Amino acid sequence: MKLNVNGQEHEVDAPADMPLLWVLRDLIGLTGTKFGCGMAQCGACTVHADGVAMRSCITPAVALAGKKITTIEGIGKDGDHPVQRAWIEADVVQCGYCQSGQIMAAVALLKQKPQPTDADIDAAMSGNLCRCGTYQRIRTAVHRAAELTKIAAIAEEVQHVA
Amino acid sequence: MWRDHTNLSGVVEELTRIVPLEREKAGTSRRAFLKVGAAASAGLVVACFMPLGMRRALAEDVAKKPAQVPPNAFVRIAPDSSVTVLLKHSEMGQGVWTSIPMVVADELDCDWSKVRVEHAPAAPEYKHTVFGIQMTGGSTSTWESFAQLREAGATARALLVAAAMKKWNIDAASDIRTENGYVIHGDKKLSYGELAEAASKLPMPTNVALKKPEEFRLIGKPTRRLDSKAKVTGTAEFGIDVKRPNMLIATVARAPVFGAKVKSFDAAKAKAVAGVVDVVQVPSGVAVLGKHFWAAKQGRDALVIDWDLGDGAKISTEGLRADYRKLAQTKGAVAKTAGDVDAALKGGKVVEAEYEVPFLAHAPMEPENCTVEISKDGADIWTGTQFQTLDQGLSAQILGLKPEQVRVHTTFLGGGFGRRANPTCDYVTEAVQVAKASGKTVKVVWTREDDIHGGYYRPMWLSRVRATLGKDDKPAAWAQTIVGQSIIAGTPFAAAMIKDGVDATSVEGAADSPYLESVPAHRVDLHSPTSPISVLWWRSVGHSNTGFVVESFVDELAHAAKQDPLKYRQTLLPEKSRERLALDLAAEKFGWGKPLPKGHAAGIAVHQSFGSYVAQIAEVSVADKKITVHRVVCAIDCGPVVNPLTIEAQMQSGIAFGLGAALHSELTFKDGKVEQSNFHNYLVLRSNEMPKVEVHIVPSTDKMGGAGEPGTPPIAPAVANAVFAATGQRLRKLPLKLA
Repeated sequence: MKLNVNGQEHEVDAPADMPLLWVLRDLIGLTGTKFGCGMAQCGACTVHADGVAMRSCITPAVALAGKKITTIEGIGKDGDHPVQRAWIEADVVQCGYCQSGQIMAAVALLKQKPQPTDADIDAAMSGNLCRCGTYQRIRTAVHRAAELTKIAAIAEEVQHVA
Repeated sequence: MWRDHTNLSGVVEELTRIVPLEREKAGTSRRAFLKVGAAASAGLVVACFMPLGMRRALAEDVAKKPAQVPPNAFVRIAPDSSVTVLLKHSEMGQGVWTSIPMVVADELDCDWSKVRVEHAPAAPEYKHTVFGIQMTGGSTSTWESFAQLREAGATARALLVAAAMKKWNIDAASDIRTENGYVIHGDKKLSYGELAEAASKLPMPTNVALKKPEEFRLIGKPTRRLDSKAKVTGTAEFGIDVKRPNMLIATVARAPVFGAKVKSFDAAKAKAVAGVVDVVQVPSGVAVLGKHFWAAKQGRDALVIDWDLGDGAKISTEGLRADYRKLAQTKGAVAKTAGDVDAALKGGKVVEAEYEVPFLAHAPMEPENCTVEISKDGADIWTGTQFQTLDQGLSAQILGLKPEQVRVHTTFLGGGFGRRANPTCDYVTEAVQVAKASGKTVKVVWTREDDIHGGYYRPMWLSRVRATLGKDDKPAAWAQTIVGQSIIAGTPFAAAMIKDGVDATSVEGAADSPYLESVPAHRVDLHSPTSPISVLWWRSVGHSNTGFVVESFVDELAHAAKQDPLKYRQTLLPEKSRERLALDLAAEKFGWGKPLPKGHAAGIAVHQSFGSYVAQIAEVSVADKKITVHRVVCAIDCGPVVNPLTIEAQMQSGIAFGLGAALHSELTFKDGKVEQSNFHNYLVLRSNEMPKVEVHIVPSTDKMGGAGEPGTPPIAPAVANAVFAATGQRLRKLPLKLA
């Protein structure tokens, strides 16, 4: 099957029922996306399919042929995505294992709601578990990422006008 | 369970010789360590501590980095002035990747932006200064290595200064200073990178001067983590991410109940699954090796195994509870006693309560895993571990190798919480067995169900507490009986940590409770029943039970005495005590006694664990039997602080971890089987339940304590006490469920 991951075409030989998570990790070699539960309960495996957050641990890869898959490796260059920058600024991570999924969930949320409230964040992010309990700093970081995105958009506009 | 798998005898002897000594001995072992290191490292290194074994362990690293001068066991300085700190502790979220290098870098006076960090290999040089083995646990990392690593940084600095003096041909160091990676003299300056090689040829300084606390530039300053970028870009390598040439992935079908044995198995269907390469029996079960995880998992599902279940199939939570209740009516092994408790309990109105906490899984986000590659000259192990020395020793035994032939590569840990500090090294030795039996390079990966069913649980504990109040309303008698499996029994730590039938970890937080000091007649005793269920330390260990019991019971006494819960504690705890400093600060910051929003109530708890004193006040509301925690104010006295951001993060983390257990988590047994299996029925805290946590640090120059665990014990009683304040219901069993 052919998969488009982070803008690159991959030809993979995988069983029809093999979830995208394991195709990404064990066949393509992109290990930033994590295994946490295997039943869409923890969000560690969150990736985007055509920009929409989804759980790669329960989605067979074949179902995603023709879609644009984005993983944590594909959202920014060298950690420069506003969400990644906000995460670093807010000193969010602890063990870090869930953070790929948290960041992918946050990126998708901000695309839908550029200025989310705490309630929006809770609604969008409560499916992403963190055993280190970084939830409070995640909340701070999502708000900060919203600001950084806005600032970047303004800067781009200014440059455009100039 | 583990005794069936591995012969621990050699390691047991070794450990009982070197394991827990009192904290005060840290200084002695550190000095001995420096001496050995200096003798063996002459002529090779910038600074000290690199005996032969260490050189071998680092040989590979050094070969890969020819441009770098390997200065000492903890610090390498490269020609570009980058400083690599070799971290002997395991980074599992608690922040040692940042706080420990801060200690080294402060004394070294290097450029913080040029500091890199690597996990150290398993080698004797990296042993814990108190426990005597290489390990991370017990909330000890910062204080156990503080002096050692300051000295490492200061020694490297002294050598760089000496090298500069030689180059400039000056004798007195008095007008030489170091700053941000440079040695400076008048208008001359040389970078550390320029001096590193010359410094490596100098003799070890005998007495290095350490900074005065007021000279610290990094220690005590809020400092952001050094591992953030790797962890937000998905490039941080966890054990589960390890890739080796020709590596297979394995899953293991393990006993469905504790103690079960494989009678026979049929692998035909498993082998027919596309991608399955091999099926081998190992002491813990049957392993299926595949080209990828999915094949290994599908293959395992297709295995047909006939198990001899044994007595493990008889275990039920109901049965255990009944047994524990019976035991709690009798006196156990005495951990602490004063006065005639039995007589004193007859002398007044007795307040009596029974508390219970369930078995819990650690459920770190990264399921257990381990990669093993056996080669001609030894073996390599990649895993997230808190117990390098034991992993190395037990693996060497299985493979018939010397410990130093087993190279342990510590990756980032996707959470530890104690699960990756297992005296039996279960998931490591099992992977070694799979590699040995199959002859393949293999990564064994656990599923979440494997993790939840895999044992090594926080023990279920039942406690019976009785007290009488004197005329002053203070407790006149206090008797506490604790019932629960011993974590230490049967491990290499037993000789040092079990005395007169009392496992110190079962009674910590109760036998040493500060409340007992003013109770004329008191007793804390312990029953340690055995069962096939394997138990293990879970963030805060015995304190996860005793903190809940003692702080709930004190609240009950306050109620019996018709006193305010804060004021009552203040009358029981000495005014200058560190508990009081934390308690009073939390109360002040919370605004204790001020009106709360309608329907909200507050509960308080204070508990010392791992040398730190933590008070928490929880503001809750209850609606439709659902407990909502809105806000937690937390005050900690942990002595001098290295990184306030770490303390804050660890308090938030400990609270989230403990709150999940207080509100949701429990493992129950029926017919020997654990009834929960994954995050849909083993519930932990989710983001929408995270209260607003405010952390306040008591300014302190007192003895340094830990941060990883002490945030956990007070939250359950603080919330339970708040629920009582809100509803009048005293909940004595975790997780908290309203009637």
